[in-house]
Amino acid sequence: MSFQSILNIISLWALPFIIVLILTTGMVKKVPVYEVFTEGAKDGFKVAVNIIPYLVAIIVAISMLRASGAIEMLANAMSSILIRLNIPADVLPVIFVRPLSGSAALGLFSDIATTAGPTAYSTKLAAVMVGSSETTFYVLAVYFGAVGITKFRYALWVGLLADIIAAIMSIIVCGWVF
Amino acid sequence: MNYIFYGLIVLSIIIGAINGKLPDVVNSILIGAGKSVQIALSLIGIMAFWLGIMKIAEKSGVVEFIAKIIKPITKRLFNEIPPEDPAIGNIAMNFSANALGLTNAATPIGIMAMQDLQKHNVNKKTASNAMCMLLAMNTAGFQLIPATVIAVLVGIGYKNPTEIIAPTLFVTSFTFVSAVILAKIFQRFSPVQTAELPLTPNPSPPRGEGETRNANSLFTKQEQGGEQ
Repeated sequence: MSFQSILNIISLWALPFIIVLILTTGMVKKVPVYEVFTEGAKDGFKVAVNIIPYLVAIIVAISMLRASGAIEMLANAMSSILIRLNIPADVLPVIFVRPLSGSAALGLFSDIATTAGPTAYSTKLAAVMVGSSETTFYVLAVYFGAVGITKFRYALWVGLLADIIAAIMSIIVCGWVF
Repeated sequence: MNYIFYGLIVLSIIIGAINGKLPDVVNSILIGAGKSVQIALSLIGIMAFWLGIMKIAEKSGVVEFIAKIIKPITKRLFNEIPPEDPAIGNIAMNFSANALGLTNAATPIGIMAMQDLQKHNVNKKTASNAMCMLLAMNTAGFQLIPATVIAVLVGIGYKNPTEIIAPTLFVTSFTFVSAVILAKIFQRFSPVQTAELPLTPNPSPPRGEGETRNANSLFTKQEQGGEQ
């Protein structure tokens, strides 16, 4: 509990601390902070607009895949294997949705949590799964899109492998702890 | 990425047709496209704010200072980038912001790091090793407290939501380290196309004027947008 309250304080104060630190250092070093700020901020619009084509490509493709029911089909096809590994059936879709869409994964997790209830193993496993990984496709689209990279090389494979590792480790650790 | 993009779309349409969900699939194009623009537009304000703050951090030497502190680690992970480059400081700040769950700050800072890395990149359309490493760190999604997940748990009346912190932290740390190692392994087996290397110093490469115009940064990128 105390560990968490320490972390809470850190995350509450981190932003104000960083901002004050940067601005104060700037003033001490005689940097014209207002001018430099606005000069940097000018790029905000440009960067956001640059990302749009990349986001549209990836988010549309993933929305289509989710709407087609392919993820449910994949989860069903693999369920016989995965259930033997002690993974509750309701958590299965989370494994496949997590790398594709952050909001969808969080939505799935909320569904599981409300239907299975706070004490269920499914809730805990889904919580760890959702909390321990990132939305690979979104991160790739934003970061590469911002600088106009279209050849990702192995970045996608590393991201997806990391998602698989996160899912497997969640199952192992949760099976052990809860 | 070309195959993945093609595969995702064609597969969705075929599977959607089999499942009788073709109308949903077609409708999802409209929804997805709208959502992408919404996300990008919602980023403008916070992106501008953090790009502004980080510009001050760069000019006042904060970024350089952070780069110096973490030099022993970054020297190994980003061996192609000079250890005192602003990219390294921005990468460190991107990591810290992610770890603290400050996604709003992490993304603009990460993008600044990408822009710095792009300056060292030989082939402006292809990801460099350093970029792939940064992306590996980000897609692994290391964070100290899974704040949104805990919020949901609290919402449903979970008695002791903090009990998921330790397992999550363990899994996310393990995943993060694995992703970094994987990126290093892949790097060895996926050399950057060195064939492109001699082209860049050449003032008029046979590939056309696009390559030389690309050589600078974001500004040229912006003009290029339409041609892609």
